[in-house]
Amino acid sequence: MSPRAQKWVISGPPLGYLLIFFAIPTFIMVLASFRFAGEFGGLAPLVGTGNPDELSGLTFENYQRFFEDTIYLELFLKSFIYATVTTLLCLGVAYPLALMIARSDKRWRELLVLLVILPFWSNFLIRVYAWMIILGPQSGFARAVNGVLGTFGAEPIPLLYSPIAVIIGLVYVHLPFMVLPLYVNLEKHDPALLDAAQDLGAGAWQRFWKVTFPLSLPGVYAGAALVFIPALGIFAIPDILGGTDGILIGNVIKQQFLDARDWPFGSVLSMVLTVLAILFAGLAAWVARHQRI
Amino acid sequence: MALLEIRDVTRRFGDFVAVDGVSLSIGAGEFFTLLGPSGCGKTTLLRMIAGFDQPDAGSIEIDGKNTVGVPPEERNVHTVFQSYALFPHMTVEQNVSFPLRMSKCPQAELAPRVREALEDVSLLGMEKRYPNELSGGQRQRVALARALINRPKLLLLDEPLAALDAKLKERMQLELITLQKEVGVTFIYVTHDQEEALALSHRIAVMNKGKVEQLDQPATIYGFPKNRFVADFIGECNLLDCTVSAVTDGTMILDVEQLGRVVASGANGTTAGTKGALALRPEKVSIARELTAESCVNRFNGRIFDYLYTGDVTLYIVEVDNGRRVEVMLPNNAVGRSSKFFEPGDAVQIGWRDDAGSFLPD
Ligand SMILES: Nc1ncnc2c1ncn2[C@@H]1O[C@H](COP(=O)(O)OP(=O)(O)O)[C@@H](O)[C@H]1O
Ligand SMILES: [Mg+2]
Repeated sequence: MSPRAQKWVISGPPLGYLLIFFAIPTFIMVLASFRFAGEFGGLAPLVGTGNPDELSGLTFENYQRFFEDTIYLELFLKSFIYATVTTLLCLGVAYPLALMIARSDKRWRELLVLLVILPFWSNFLIRVYAWMIILGPQSGFARAVNGVLGTFGAEPIPLLYSPIAVIIGLVYVHLPFMVLPLYVNLEKHDPALLDAAQDLGAGAWQRFWKVTFPLSLPGVYAGAALVFIPALGIFAIPDILGGTDGILIGNVIKQQFLDARDWPFGSVLSMVLTVLAILFAGLAAWVARHQRI
Repeated sequence: MALLEIRDVTRRFGDFVAVDGVSLSIGAGEFFTLLGPSGCGKTTLLRMIAGFDQPDAGSIEIDGKNTVGVPPEERNVHTVFQSYALFPHMTVEQNVSFPLRMSKCPQAELAPRVREALEDVSLLGMEKRYPNELSGGQRQRVALARALINRPKLLLLDEPLAALDAKLKERMQLELITLQKEVGVTFIYVTHDQEEALALSHRIAVMNKGKVEQLDQPATIYGFPKNRFVADFIGECNLLDCTVSAVTDGTMILDVEQLGRVVASGANGTTAGTKGALALRPEKVSIARELTAESCVNRFNGRIFDYLYTGDVTLYIVEVDNGRRVEVMLPNNAVGRSSKFFEPGDAVQIGWRDDAGSFLPD
């Protein structure tokens, strides 16, 4: 086989995969965002039949609509804030957990990793519904929280159907996606580096901030991307736990496709979301590269 | 007062005794080597000196102060790890200045001191490189500069040259000797390579199974091994099982199995009937078709059984008439193309002086 042919054999399958599962759907979505909505949902034809009442062809109308009303940009901003808070909280919870697993006895590590991914074995929606029960006003958890608040003289707060519930749900669902890349990274660290740092005068705190944390940044970026990007577009959790003003941009996109049956406008919102996600993934990759790790 | 005083230190892992009642006293400015086969407890002992591990029994004193409960970061002892353990995310400069930054050294002092440290190990100009952009020898030097920059009392080196190729190893050995003299820091050097230990050290402790078998200067260790283990571990050595048959005026007559009577000097206190071994270095044995040297009081006839050609010398295995095989080393200094003197099957004579070997009682 010629080197040229070899190159194609090796890079062909991943390229084909990207083409089928990313490039083509994206292209369809881009195209849809410039088309008219069909009379009964779906898309209007690209090439008209000559009937003057029928809409056909391409238009900027959908994008105009997006920029005319600030509600959509506000929803993007809100989703962005939720996703950022979720990512930071996931990092805060996942880092000690991943570190503990990575430094535990080799015999236990695989079991502990298994426990982290165990929730994937039951249905996502069921797990989110379970939080409805945990956060519901009659639950022991809600009563305990409000009991504590009461002792400080604060008014009781509803946990369910609140931003707190959405954030808890988002953090809970995305936690494994932060733990796993962090664990994979931390587990590879050469323990001799920590010995060396300690030997050269670094206390426990300095060993963490000067050695462990900087070396774990690729894992932090990977985990952040895996949490931030899906959290940006999620709709099921705000639907179930968020109540009436809990919606995020993902809910609007879902509504456009399933309820309003306005595919072109749903595509516009999806396009903006995709571009934002790619920008963040690119930013994470760029930062990771320039940290040189 | 010794800088490092190790008294009866023992370390057990379960039932296994990794370090067994070791006592050492190491002076300031010394280049001290722990030499022994893999698994004999060298690293374990070093880790206890550095503070990463605690002895189960015995004490370790540095500068007259007991080290119990003092963590590694508070001991004035640095280690050069076998893997170098350079921080991959820091440049050479950042690696070398790490100990200074940990001890809150004023910012203005960092640059000149890093410069000085890199000068010591001839690495100027490499400040901005990352460890993965350096060769093995350069990494080694960064590790040394980093460990020496704030002048510890003690520098522990755990097989630091094991990963380098032969030529580079030799050069680094010379540099280590010079560096140690220059900085005046006490080195405790761990190796399983006997040649390296002999070349570098002021004193060597030969370890086996957690115990110190012999502690002496290199020439004494090599020339007068105390027991079979040391004789066998350091260099090539013929160990000839024998019984002392007579002692007169400090001279012994040994009855060597499968060889015959051998005269040996240095009887000091040995009595007839003692069993043991005669340790005889191959280079102390003379070999010729016919030995003329008067001094060889011990002479035996034999044949070349086999040989091992190693370039500068050839190791001949001679089978003497009574069946014992003796290793004899001969420099390949013959003039001309063929530098070997004998072929297998050649009849030869071997011989040695009465003070060539040493008797090791069992
Ligand atoms: N943490 C430990 N747990 C159990 N056994 C150990 C431990 N550390 C070392 N050993 C054992 O102690 C012995 C000596 O090890 P080490 O000091 O590393 O030897 P060396 O450095 O001389 O090769 C080895 O047999 C090793 O298996
Ligand atoms: Mg070792």
